[in-house]
Amino acid sequence: MPETLKELKNAIEVRNLDFYYGKFRGLKEVTMNIAERKVTAFIGPSGCGKSTLLRTLNRMYSLYPGQRAEGEINFYGTNILDTKQDLNLLRARIGMVFQKPTPFPMTIYENIAFGVRLYESMNKSDMDERVEWALSKAALWNEVKDKLGQSGLSLSGGQQQRLCIARSVAVKPSVLLLDEPTSALDPISTGKVEELINELKNDYTIAIVTHNMQQAARCSDFTAYMYLGELIEFGATEQIFFKPKRTETEDYITGRFG
Amino acid sequence: MLNNFNQQLYARRRRANSQGLFLSMCAMALGLTVLLWILFVLFSNGIAALDWNLLTKDTPAPGTEGGGLRNAIVGSLMMVGLSVLVSTPIGILAGIYLTEYGDQSKTAELTRFVTDIMLSAPSIVLGLFVYAIAVATFGRFSGYAGSLALSLIAIPVVMRTTENMLRLVPGSLREAAFALGAPRWKVSTLVTLRAAKSGVITGLLLALARISGETAPLLFTALNNQFYSTDMSKPMANLPVVIFQFAMSPYENWIRLAWGGALIITLAVLVLNILARVFFREKVSA
Repeated sequence: MPETLKELKNAIEVRNLDFYYGKFRGLKEVTMNIAERKVTAFIGPSGCGKSTLLRTLNRMYSLYPGQRAEGEINFYGTNILDTKQDLNLLRARIGMVFQKPTPFPMTIYENIAFGVRLYESMNKSDMDERVEWALSKAALWNEVKDKLGQSGLSLSGGQQQRLCIARSVAVKPSVLLLDEPTSALDPISTGKVEELINELKNDYTIAIVTHNMQQAARCSDFTAYMYLGELIEFGATEQIFFKPKRTETEDYITGRFG
Repeated sequence: MLNNFNQQLYARRRRANSQGLFLSMCAMALGLTVLLWILFVLFSNGIAALDWNLLTKDTPAPGTEGGGLRNAIVGSLMMVGLSVLVSTPIGILAGIYLTEYGDQSKTAELTRFVTDIMLSAPSIVLGLFVYAIAVATFGRFSGYAGSLALSLIAIPVVMRTTENMLRLVPGSLREAAFALGAPRWKVSTLVTLRAAKSGVITGLLLALARISGETAPLLFTALNNQFYSTDMSKPMANLPVVIFQFAMSPYENWIRLAWGGALIITLAVLVLNILARVFFREKVSA
Protein backbone atom coordinates (compact mmCIF):
# COMPACT_ATOMS: atom_id res chain seq x y z
CA MET A 1 0.00 0.00 0.00
CA PRO A 2 1.25 3.53 -0.81
CA GLU A 3 2.64 5.52 2.11
CA THR A 4 -0.10 8.18 2.06
CA LEU A 5 -2.68 5.55 3.01
CA LYS A 6 -0.87 4.72 6.23
CA GLU A 7 -1.51 8.18 7.66
CA LEU A 8 -5.25 8.13 6.97
CA LYS A 9 -7.96 6.66 9.17
CA ASN A 10 -10.03 3.98 7.52
CA ALA A 11 -13.78 4.09 7.72
CA ILE A 12 -14.15 0.63 6.17
CA GLU A 13 -11.59 -2.16 5.92
CA VAL A 14 -12.39 -5.04 3.60
CA ARG A 15 -10.46 -8.25 4.29
CA ASN A 16 -10.50 -11.38 2.10
CA LEU A 17 -14.03 -10.80 0.93
CA ASP A 18 -15.65 -13.57 -1.13
CA PHE A 19 -19.11 -13.12 -2.58
CA TYR A 20 -21.41 -15.75 -4.03
CA TYR A 21 -24.50 -15.46 -6.23
CA GLY A 22 -25.68 -19.00 -5.52
CA LYS A 23 -22.74 -21.08 -6.72
CA PHE A 24 -21.14 -18.35 -8.81
CA ARG A 25 -18.24 -16.59 -7.12
CA GLY A 26 -18.71 -12.88 -7.81
CA LEU A 27 -15.86 -11.54 -5.66
CA LYS A 28 -12.54 -13.26 -5.01
CA GLU A 29 -10.55 -12.47 -1.87
CA VAL A 30 -10.93 -8.72 -2.08
CA THR A 31 -8.83 -6.75 0.39
CA MET A 32 -8.82 -2.94 0.44
CA ASN A 33 -9.58 0.13 2.57
CA ILE A 34 -12.00 2.98 2.27
CA ALA A 35 -10.39 6.04 3.80
CA GLU A 36 -12.40 8.41 5.96
CA ARG A 37 -13.62 11.61 4.26
CA LYS A 38 -12.08 10.70 0.94
CA VAL A 39 -13.62 9.58 -2.32
CA THR A 40 -12.78 6.02 -3.36
CA ALA A 41 -13.76 5.00 -6.88
CA PHE A 42 -14.33 1.45 -8.14
CA ILE A 43 -13.68 1.09 -11.86
CA GLY A 44 -13.56 -1.83 -14.25
CA PRO A 45 -15.40 -3.36 -17.22
CA SER A 46 -18.99 -4.61 -16.96
CA GLY A 47 -19.40 -7.63 -14.73
CA CYS A 48 -16.14 -7.08 -12.88
CA GLY A 49 -17.82 -6.97 -9.48
CA LYS A 50 -17.61 -3.28 -8.65
CA SER A 51 -21.34 -2.90 -7.94
CA THR A 52 -21.29 -6.22 -6.10
CA LEU A 53 -18.50 -4.94 -3.88
CA LEU A 54 -20.35 -1.68 -3.22
CA ARG A 55 -23.52 -3.52 -2.25
CA THR A 56 -21.70 -5.65 0.31
CA LEU A 57 -20.71 -2.53 2.18
CA ASN A 58 -24.26 -1.82 3.31
CA ARG A 59 -25.39 -5.46 3.26
CA MET A 60 -27.91 -4.66 0.51
CA TYR A 61 -27.42 -8.19 -0.82
CA SER A 62 -29.05 -9.55 2.38
CA LEU A 63 -32.43 -8.70 0.88
CA TYR A 64 -32.00 -11.54 -1.58
CA PRO A 65 -31.76 -15.18 -0.53
CA GLY A 66 -29.05 -17.05 -2.38
CA GLN A 67 -26.57 -14.19 -2.18
CA ARG A 68 -23.95 -14.42 0.52
CA ALA A 69 -20.61 -12.95 1.53
CA GLU A 70 -17.68 -14.47 3.41
CA GLY A 71 -14.74 -12.68 4.94
CA GLU A 72 -14.60 -9.50 6.95
CA ILE A 73 -15.80 -5.97 6.45
CA ASN A 74 -14.84 -3.79 9.37
CA PHE A 75 -16.81 -0.58 9.72
CA TYR A 76 -14.97 1.47 12.33
CA GLY A 77 -13.90 -1.76 13.98
CA THR A 78 -17.18 -3.71 13.84
CA ASN A 79 -17.44 -6.60 11.42
CA ILE A 80 -20.71 -5.94 9.58
CA LEU A 81 -20.80 -9.42 8.05
CA ASP A 82 -21.59 -10.77 11.50
CA THR A 83 -25.06 -12.35 11.60
CA LYS A 84 -25.91 -10.38 14.71
CA GLN A 85 -25.45 -7.08 12.87
CA ASP A 86 -28.57 -4.90 12.91
CA LEU A 87 -29.06 -4.28 9.21
CA ASN A 88 -31.47 -1.37 9.45
CA LEU A 89 -29.17 0.52 11.79
CA LEU A 90 -26.22 -0.22 9.53
CA ARG A 91 -28.03 1.17 6.50
CA ALA A 92 -28.89 4.33 8.42
CA ARG A 93 -25.16 4.88 8.90
CA ILE A 94 -24.03 3.77 5.44
CA GLY A 95 -26.31 5.32 2.86
CA MET A 96 -26.69 4.48 -0.81
CA VAL A 97 -27.68 6.34 -3.98
CA PHE A 98 -28.59 4.24 -6.98
CA GLN A 99 -28.10 4.55 -10.70
CA LYS A 100 -31.74 5.17 -11.46
CA PRO A 101 -33.29 8.10 -9.58
CA THR A 102 -36.02 6.68 -7.33
CA PRO A 103 -38.07 9.41 -5.66
CA PHE A 104 -40.75 8.04 -3.35
CA PRO A 105 -44.38 8.63 -4.37
CA MET A 106 -44.67 11.47 -1.87
CA THR A 107 -44.10 15.20 -1.73
CA ILE A 108 -40.53 16.49 -1.98
CA TYR A 109 -40.67 17.39 1.72
CA GLU A 110 -41.91 13.93 2.69
CA ASN A 111 -39.21 12.27 0.58
CA ILE A 112 -36.57 13.86 2.77
CA ALA A 113 -38.50 13.55 6.03
CA PHE A 114 -39.16 9.82 5.53
CA GLY A 115 -35.59 8.76 6.23
CA VAL A 116 -35.07 11.23 9.05
CA ARG A 117 -38.24 10.11 10.87
CA LEU A 118 -37.00 6.52 10.97
CA TYR A 119 -34.46 7.16 13.67
CA GLU A 120 -35.02 10.68 14.96
CA SER A 121 -38.11 12.30 16.39
CA MET A 122 -38.35 15.98 15.59
CA ASN A 123 -40.89 18.73 15.83
CA LYS A 124 -42.03 20.48 12.69
CA SER A 125 -39.59 23.39 12.77
CA ASP A 126 -36.57 21.14 13.35
CA MET A 127 -37.71 18.92 10.50
CA ASP A 128 -38.17 21.96 8.24
CA GLU A 129 -34.59 22.94 9.05
CA ARG A 130 -33.24 19.49 8.33
CA VAL A 131 -35.12 19.30 5.01
CA GLU A 132 -33.75 22.70 3.97
CA TRP A 133 -30.25 21.70 5.06
CA ALA A 134 -30.34 18.44 3.12
CA LEU A 135 -31.72 20.04 -0.03
CA SER A 136 -29.09 22.79 0.17
CA LYS A 137 -26.36 20.20 0.54
CA ALA A 138 -27.62 18.58 -2.64
CA ALA A 139 -27.72 21.95 -4.45
CA LEU A 140 -31.45 21.55 -4.94
CA TRP A 141 -32.92 23.96 -2.38
CA ASN A 142 -33.21 27.00 -4.63
CA GLU A 143 -34.96 25.03 -7.31
CA VAL A 144 -37.57 23.41 -5.09
CA LYS A 145 -38.02 25.69 -2.09
CA ASP A 146 -41.34 26.99 -3.42
CA LYS A 147 -42.72 23.60 -4.30
CA LEU A 148 -41.92 21.34 -1.38
CA GLY A 149 -45.52 20.16 -1.42
CA GLN A 150 -45.32 18.86 -4.96
CA SER A 151 -44.71 15.22 -5.76
CA GLY A 152 -41.09 14.12 -6.01
CA LEU A 153 -41.97 12.57 -9.36
CA SER A 154 -42.65 15.98 -10.89
CA LEU A 155 -38.94 16.84 -10.99
CA SER A 156 -36.61 16.33 -13.94
CA GLY A 157 -34.18 13.39 -14.02
CA GLY A 158 -31.20 15.38 -12.77
CA GLN A 159 -33.28 17.00 -10.04
CA GLN A 160 -34.68 13.61 -9.00
CA GLN A 161 -31.19 12.23 -8.59
CA ARG A 162 -30.17 15.23 -6.48
CA LEU A 163 -33.33 14.65 -4.45
CA CYS A 164 -32.16 11.07 -3.83
CA ILE A 165 -28.76 12.39 -2.77
CA ALA A 166 -30.45 14.91 -0.43
CA ARG A 167 -32.55 12.06 0.97
CA SER A 168 -29.46 10.01 1.77
CA VAL A 169 -27.58 12.99 3.21
CA ALA A 170 -30.51 14.04 5.42
CA VAL A 171 -30.06 11.10 7.78
CA LYS A 172 -26.41 12.13 8.34
CA PRO A 173 -24.70 8.83 7.58
CA SER A 174 -20.94 8.36 8.01
CA VAL A 175 -20.50 6.81 4.58
CA LEU A 176 -22.21 7.44 1.25
CA LEU A 177 -22.19 4.74 -1.40
CA LEU A 178 -22.90 5.96 -4.92
CA ASP A 179 -23.67 3.31 -7.54
CA GLU A 180 -23.10 4.92 -10.96
CA PRO A 181 -25.03 8.00 -9.83
CA THR A 182 -24.67 9.91 -13.09
CA SER A 183 -25.10 7.16 -15.72
CA ALA A 184 -28.72 8.11 -16.27
CA LEU A 185 -28.10 11.88 -16.35
CA ASP A 186 -27.27 14.44 -19.01
CA PRO A 187 -23.82 16.11 -18.97
CA ILE A 188 -24.96 19.27 -17.17
CA SER A 189 -26.65 17.36 -14.34
CA THR A 190 -23.61 15.09 -14.23
CA GLY A 191 -21.41 18.11 -13.74
CA LYS A 192 -23.58 19.37 -10.91
CA VAL A 193 -23.50 15.99 -9.16
CA GLU A 194 -19.71 15.80 -9.51
CA GLU A 195 -19.41 19.24 -7.92
CA LEU A 196 -21.61 17.95 -5.13
CA ILE A 197 -19.38 14.96 -4.52
CA ASN A 198 -16.41 17.29 -4.23
CA GLU A 199 -18.15 19.27 -1.50
CA LEU A 200 -19.70 16.32 0.29
CA LYS A 201 -16.35 14.63 0.80
CA ASN A 202 -15.43 17.26 3.37
CA ASP A 203 -18.00 15.74 5.70
CA TYR A 204 -18.66 12.24 4.40
CA THR A 205 -16.71 9.19 3.36
CA ILE A 206 -17.68 8.40 -0.22
CA ALA A 207 -17.36 5.28 -2.34
CA ILE A 208 -18.42 5.60 -5.96
CA VAL A 209 -18.83 3.01 -8.68
CA THR A 210 -18.40 4.40 -12.15
CA HIS A 211 -17.86 3.00 -15.61
CA ASN A 212 -16.70 6.45 -16.70
CA MET A 213 -12.95 6.57 -16.18
CA GLN A 214 -12.72 10.29 -16.67
CA GLN A 215 -15.20 10.75 -13.84
CA ALA A 216 -13.08 8.54 -11.58
CA ALA A 217 -9.99 10.53 -12.49
CA ARG A 218 -11.78 13.85 -11.84
CA CYS A 219 -13.60 13.05 -8.63
CA SER A 220 -11.76 10.47 -6.61
CA ASP A 221 -8.78 10.39 -4.24
CA PHE A 222 -8.32 6.63 -4.41
CA THR A 223 -9.19 4.19 -7.16
CA ALA A 224 -9.68 0.44 -7.17
CA TYR A 225 -9.46 -1.34 -10.51
CA MET A 226 -11.37 -4.59 -10.66
CA TYR A 227 -11.61 -7.35 -13.22
CA LEU A 228 -13.64 -10.56 -13.13
CA GLY A 229 -14.30 -10.32 -9.40
CA GLU A 230 -10.70 -9.67 -8.40
CA LEU A 231 -9.15 -6.48 -7.15
CA ILE A 232 -6.30 -6.00 -9.60
CA GLU A 233 -4.87 -2.76 -8.26
CA PHE A 234 -5.71 -0.22 -5.60
CA GLY A 235 -4.02 3.06 -4.82
CA ALA A 236 -4.07 6.84 -5.02
CA THR A 237 -5.95 7.98 -8.13
CA GLU A 238 -2.98 9.87 -9.52
CA GLN A 239 -0.80 6.86 -9.23
CA ILE A 240 -3.36 4.50 -10.81
CA PHE A 241 -3.96 6.76 -13.78
CA PHE A 242 -0.42 7.99 -14.46
CA LYS A 243 1.82 5.20 -13.18
CA PRO A 244 -0.19 1.99 -12.88
CA LYS A 245 1.79 -0.89 -11.42
CA ARG A 246 0.00 -3.72 -13.22
CA THR A 247 -0.18 -4.13 -16.98
CA GLU A 248 -3.86 -5.12 -16.72
CA THR A 249 -4.61 -1.78 -15.12
CA GLU A 250 -2.63 0.07 -17.77
CA ASP A 251 -4.45 -1.78 -20.55
CA TYR A 252 -7.83 -0.80 -19.15
CA ILE A 253 -6.90 2.81 -18.44
CA THR A 254 -5.49 3.34 -21.89
CA GLY A 255 -8.50 1.73 -23.51
CA ARG A 256 -6.64 -1.19 -24.98
CA PHE A 257 -9.59 -3.27 -23.83
CA GLY A 258 -12.81 -2.87 -21.86
CA MET B 1 -38.10 -8.23 -62.59
CA LEU B 2 -37.50 -7.41 -58.89
CA ASN B 3 -40.12 -4.68 -58.87
CA ASN B 4 -42.84 -7.05 -60.06
CA PHE B 5 -42.05 -9.50 -57.32
CA ASN B 6 -42.25 -6.85 -54.63
CA GLN B 7 -45.55 -5.53 -55.93
CA GLN B 8 -47.16 -8.95 -55.63
CA LEU B 9 -45.87 -9.46 -52.11
CA TYR B 10 -46.92 -5.97 -51.07
CA ALA B 11 -50.43 -6.40 -52.52
CA ARG B 12 -50.79 -9.72 -50.71
CA ARG B 13 -49.74 -8.17 -47.41
CA ARG B 14 -52.14 -5.28 -47.89
CA ARG B 15 -54.99 -7.71 -48.49
CA ALA B 16 -54.12 -9.76 -45.42
CA ASN B 17 -53.96 -6.58 -43.38
CA SER B 18 -57.41 -5.42 -44.49
CA GLN B 19 -58.89 -8.86 -43.92
CA GLY B 20 -57.47 -8.99 -40.40
CA LEU B 21 -58.67 -5.49 -39.66
CA PHE B 22 -62.14 -6.28 -40.98
CA LEU B 23 -62.45 -9.47 -38.91
CA SER B 24 -61.38 -7.75 -35.71
CA MET B 25 -63.76 -4.86 -36.35
CA CYS B 26 -66.59 -7.38 -36.86
CA ALA B 27 -65.74 -9.05 -33.58
CA MET B 28 -65.70 -5.71 -31.80
CA ALA B 29 -69.02 -4.72 -33.40
CA LEU B 30 -70.52 -8.00 -32.26
CA GLY B 31 -69.39 -7.51 -28.67
CA LEU B 32 -70.47 -3.89 -28.62
CA THR B 33 -73.87 -4.72 -30.15
CA VAL B 34 -74.60 -7.35 -27.52
CA LEU B 35 -73.58 -4.98 -24.72
CA LEU B 36 -75.66 -2.10 -26.08
CA TRP B 37 -78.59 -4.47 -26.64
CA ILE B 38 -78.46 -5.60 -23.02
CA LEU B 39 -78.33 -2.00 -21.82
CA PHE B 40 -81.18 -1.03 -24.14
CA VAL B 41 -83.44 -3.86 -22.97
CA LEU B 42 -82.62 -3.09 -19.33
CA PHE B 43 -83.33 0.58 -19.75
CA SER B 44 -86.53 0.22 -21.73
CA ASN B 45 -87.96 -2.31 -19.29
CA GLY B 46 -86.56 -0.86 -16.11
CA ILE B 47 -87.25 2.81 -16.74
CA ALA B 48 -90.92 2.23 -16.01
CA ALA B 49 -90.02 1.32 -12.45
CA LEU B 50 -87.77 4.30 -11.79
CA ASP B 51 -89.71 6.65 -9.56
CA TRP B 52 -89.46 7.79 -5.98
CA ASN B 53 -91.50 4.80 -4.79
CA LEU B 54 -88.54 2.64 -5.60
CA LEU B 55 -86.59 4.24 -2.80
CA THR B 56 -89.35 4.88 -0.31
CA LYS B 57 -91.55 1.79 -0.38
CA ASP B 58 -90.65 -1.77 0.55
CA THR B 59 -91.19 -4.89 -1.53
CA PRO B 60 -94.92 -5.51 -1.92
CA ALA B 61 -96.66 -8.64 -0.68
CA PRO B 62 -97.96 -10.97 -3.41
CA GLY B 63 -101.12 -9.54 -4.87
CA THR B 64 -100.70 -6.00 -3.51
CA GLU B 65 -100.22 -3.08 -5.84
CA GLY B 66 -97.29 -0.69 -6.17
CA GLY B 67 -94.38 -1.05 -3.77
CA GLY B 68 -90.69 -0.30 -4.10
CA LEU B 69 -87.29 -1.75 -3.40
CA ARG B 70 -86.23 0.17 -0.33
CA ASN B 71 -85.58 -2.80 1.92
CA ALA B 72 -83.72 -4.64 -0.82
CA ILE B 73 -81.51 -1.64 -1.63
CA VAL B 74 -80.70 -0.99 2.02
CA GLY B 75 -80.08 -4.69 2.64
CA SER B 76 -77.75 -4.97 -0.33
CA LEU B 77 -75.87 -1.83 0.69
CA MET B 78 -75.41 -3.10 4.23
CA MET B 79 -74.25 -6.58 3.27
CA VAL B 80 -71.95 -5.40 0.49
CA GLY B 81 -70.65 -2.63 2.77
CA LEU B 82 -69.80 -5.03 5.59
CA SER B 83 -68.21 -7.38 3.10
CA VAL B 84 -65.97 -4.64 1.72
CA LEU B 85 -65.04 -3.56 5.26
CA VAL B 86 -63.93 -7.10 6.06
CA SER B 87 -62.30 -8.15 2.80
CA THR B 88 -60.30 -4.97 2.17
CA PRO B 89 -57.82 -5.27 5.07
CA ILE B 90 -57.59 -9.06 4.79
CA GLY B 91 -57.10 -8.97 1.01
CA ILE B 92 -54.56 -6.14 1.03
CA LEU B 93 -52.52 -7.52 3.94
CA ALA B 94 -52.50 -10.96 2.31
CA GLY B 95 -51.39 -9.38 -0.97
CA ILE B 96 -48.57 -7.58 0.87
CA TYR B 97 -47.53 -10.86 2.48
CA LEU B 98 -47.44 -12.66 -0.87
CA THR B 99 -45.25 -10.03 -2.53
CA GLU B 100 -43.06 -8.63 0.24
CA TYR B 101 -42.63 -11.41 2.76
CA GLY B 102 -43.56 -14.82 1.40
CA ASP B 103 -42.51 -14.37 -2.24
CA GLN B 104 -41.33 -17.80 -3.37
CA SER B 105 -41.78 -19.65 -0.09
CA LYS B 106 -43.90 -22.81 0.14
CA THR B 107 -46.57 -21.05 2.22
CA ALA B 108 -46.89 -18.30 -0.35
CA GLU B 109 -47.11 -20.74 -3.26
CA LEU B 110 -49.79 -22.71 -1.44
CA THR B 111 -51.73 -19.54 -0.69
CA ARG B 112 -51.64 -18.50 -4.32
CA PHE B 113 -52.83 -21.93 -5.42
CA VAL B 114 -55.77 -21.89 -3.00
CA THR B 115 -56.65 -18.31 -3.99
CA ASP B 116 -56.73 -19.27 -7.66
CA ILE B 117 -59.10 -22.13 -6.88
CA MET B 118 -61.39 -19.88 -4.88
CA LEU B 119 -61.37 -17.28 -7.65
CA SER B 120 -62.87 -19.81 -10.03
CA ALA B 121 -65.09 -21.62 -7.52
CA PRO B 122 -68.80 -21.43 -8.40
CA SER B 123 -70.37 -18.89 -6.08
CA ILE B 124 -73.21 -21.25 -5.28
CA VAL B 125 -70.72 -23.66 -3.77
CA LEU B 126 -69.42 -20.88 -1.51
CA GLY B 127 -73.01 -20.08 -0.60
CA LEU B 128 -73.70 -23.68 0.38
CA PHE B 129 -70.51 -23.76 2.42
CA VAL B 130 -71.53 -20.68 4.40
CA TYR B 131 -74.99 -22.20 4.80
CA ALA B 132 -73.42 -25.24 6.42
CA ILE B 133 -71.23 -23.33 8.85
CA ALA B 134 -73.18 -20.16 9.59
CA VAL B 135 -76.84 -20.88 8.94
CA ALA B 136 -77.34 -24.50 9.90
CA THR B 137 -75.21 -24.19 13.04
CA PHE B 138 -76.97 -21.09 14.31
CA GLY B 139 -80.35 -22.19 13.13
CA ARG B 140 -81.26 -19.12 11.06
CA PHE B 141 -80.53 -17.16 7.93
CA SER B 142 -78.84 -13.83 8.50
CA GLY B 143 -77.33 -10.78 6.86
CA TYR B 144 -74.03 -11.68 8.53
CA ALA B 145 -74.00 -15.04 6.78
CA GLY B 146 -74.73 -13.24 3.51
CA SER B 147 -71.82 -10.84 4.11
CA LEU B 148 -69.57 -13.77 4.93
CA ALA B 149 -70.38 -15.46 1.64
CA LEU B 150 -69.73 -12.24 -0.29
CA SER B 151 -66.44 -11.75 1.56
CA LEU B 152 -65.29 -15.23 0.55
CA ILE B 153 -65.77 -14.13 -3.05
CA ALA B 154 -64.19 -10.69 -2.63
CA ILE B 155 -61.06 -11.61 -0.63
CA PRO B 156 -59.33 -13.68 -3.36
CA VAL B 157 -60.03 -10.93 -5.92
CA VAL B 158 -58.52 -8.23 -3.70
CA MET B 159 -55.57 -10.46 -2.83
CA ARG B 160 -54.71 -11.20 -6.42
CA THR B 161 -55.03 -7.63 -7.70
CA THR B 162 -53.05 -6.26 -4.73
CA GLU B 163 -50.29 -8.79 -5.36
CA ASN B 164 -50.18 -8.00 -9.09
CA MET B 165 -50.12 -4.26 -8.50
CA LEU B 166 -47.38 -4.52 -5.87
CA ARG B 167 -45.27 -6.62 -8.21
CA LEU B 168 -45.41 -3.80 -10.76
CA VAL B 169 -43.58 -1.52 -8.33
CA PRO B 170 -39.89 -1.62 -9.37
CA GLY B 171 -37.46 -3.27 -6.98
CA SER B 172 -35.27 -0.19 -7.13
CA LEU B 173 -37.87 1.79 -5.20
CA ARG B 174 -37.89 -0.77 -2.40
CA GLU B 175 -34.09 -0.86 -2.33
CA ALA B 176 -33.99 2.92 -2.03
CA ALA B 177 -36.21 2.72 1.07
CA PHE B 178 -34.20 -0.13 2.58
CA ALA B 179 -31.00 1.83 1.92
CA LEU B 180 -32.22 4.47 4.39
CA GLY B 181 -32.51 1.85 7.11
CA ALA B 182 -36.28 1.40 6.96
CA PRO B 183 -37.66 -1.86 8.38
CA ARG B 184 -39.52 -4.13 5.97
CA TRP B 185 -43.01 -3.34 7.24
CA LYS B 186 -42.48 0.38 6.68
CA VAL B 187 -41.07 -0.19 3.21
CA SER B 188 -44.11 -2.35 2.32
CA THR B 189 -46.78 0.01 3.62
CA LEU B 190 -45.35 3.52 3.37
CA VAL B 191 -43.47 3.15 0.10
CA THR B 192 -44.47 0.12 -1.99
CA LEU B 193 -48.19 0.13 -1.18
CA ARG B 194 -48.34 3.88 -1.65
CA ALA B 195 -46.69 3.52 -5.06
CA ALA B 196 -49.29 0.89 -6.06
CA LYS B 197 -52.16 2.85 -4.51
CA SER B 198 -54.31 3.51 -7.58
CA GLY B 199 -53.94 -0.03 -8.87
CA VAL B 200 -54.97 -1.46 -5.51
CA ILE B 201 -57.98 0.83 -5.29
CA THR B 202 -58.98 -0.24 -8.81
CA GLY B 203 -58.87 -3.85 -7.58
CA LEU B 204 -61.10 -2.96 -4.64
CA LEU B 205 -63.64 -1.24 -6.88
CA LEU B 206 -63.70 -4.22 -9.22
CA ALA B 207 -64.23 -6.63 -6.32
CA LEU B 208 -67.02 -4.39 -5.10
CA ALA B 209 -68.65 -4.35 -8.53
CA ARG B 210 -68.44 -8.12 -8.66
CA ILE B 211 -70.10 -8.87 -5.33
CA SER B 212 -72.87 -6.30 -5.85
CA GLY B 213 -74.54 -8.59 -8.33
CA GLU B 214 -73.89 -12.03 -6.83
CA THR B 215 -77.12 -13.93 -6.27
CA ALA B 216 -76.33 -17.58 -5.58
CA PRO B 217 -74.34 -17.05 -2.38
CA LEU B 218 -77.14 -14.98 -0.90
CA LEU B 219 -79.84 -17.52 -1.69
CA PHE B 220 -78.98 -19.80 1.19
CA THR B 221 -77.44 -17.32 3.57
CA ALA B 222 -79.30 -14.04 3.77
CA LEU B 223 -82.38 -15.55 2.12
CA ASN B 224 -84.66 -12.55 1.72
CA ASN B 225 -87.01 -10.41 3.75
CA GLN B 226 -90.40 -8.99 2.78
CA PHE B 227 -90.04 -6.20 5.27
CA TYR B 228 -87.65 -3.41 6.00
CA SER B 229 -85.00 -4.50 8.46
CA THR B 230 -81.54 -3.32 9.44
CA ASP B 231 -80.92 -6.24 11.78
CA MET B 232 -78.15 -8.24 10.20
CA SER B 233 -78.60 -11.21 12.47
CA LYS B 234 -81.92 -11.95 10.75
CA PRO B 235 -82.78 -12.71 7.11
CA MET B 236 -82.07 -9.66 5.01
CA ALA B 237 -83.63 -8.32 1.84
CA ASN B 238 -81.26 -7.85 -1.07
CA LEU B 239 -81.57 -6.82 -4.72
CA PRO B 240 -80.28 -9.95 -6.50
CA VAL B 241 -82.57 -12.39 -4.67
CA VAL B 242 -85.55 -10.04 -5.02
CA ILE B 243 -84.96 -9.90 -8.77
CA PHE B 244 -84.72 -13.68 -8.84
CA GLN B 245 -87.98 -14.04 -6.95
CA PHE B 246 -89.97 -11.32 -8.71
CA ALA B 247 -88.85 -12.00 -12.28
CA MET B 248 -90.44 -15.43 -12.36
CA SER B 249 -93.69 -14.38 -10.71
CA PRO B 250 -97.06 -13.76 -12.39
CA TYR B 251 -97.55 -10.33 -10.82
CA GLU B 252 -97.18 -7.25 -13.01
CA ASN B 253 -95.76 -4.93 -10.40
CA TRP B 254 -93.30 -7.60 -9.27
CA ILE B 255 -91.97 -8.01 -12.78
CA ARG B 256 -91.70 -4.26 -13.18
CA LEU B 257 -89.80 -4.00 -9.90
CA ALA B 258 -87.48 -6.81 -10.95
CA TRP B 259 -86.50 -4.87 -14.06
CA GLY B 260 -86.03 -1.78 -11.92
CA GLY B 261 -83.74 -3.66 -9.57
CA ALA B 262 -81.73 -5.10 -12.44
CA LEU B 263 -81.31 -1.60 -13.86
CA ILE B 264 -80.12 -0.24 -10.51
CA ILE B 265 -77.49 -2.96 -10.11
CA THR B 266 -76.28 -2.50 -13.68
CA LEU B 267 -75.98 1.28 -13.25
CA ALA B 268 -74.09 0.83 -9.98
CA VAL B 269 -71.63 -1.62 -11.56
CA LEU B 270 -71.21 0.67 -14.58
CA VAL B 271 -70.42 3.65 -12.35
CA LEU B 272 -67.93 1.61 -10.29
CA ASN B 273 -66.14 0.39 -13.42
CA ILE B 274 -65.92 3.93 -14.79
CA LEU B 275 -64.54 5.13 -11.45
CA ALA B 276 -61.97 2.33 -11.55
CA ARG B 277 -60.83 3.40 -15.00
CA VAL B 278 -60.59 7.05 -14.05
CA PHE B 279 -58.39 6.16 -11.09
CA PHE B 280 -56.10 3.97 -13.17
CA ARG B 281 -55.65 6.62 -15.82
CA GLU B 282 -54.46 9.08 -13.18
CA LYS B 283 -51.75 6.68 -12.14
CA VAL B 284 -50.49 6.18 -15.71
CA SER B 285 -50.16 9.89 -16.35
CA ALA B 286 -48.33 10.54 -13.07
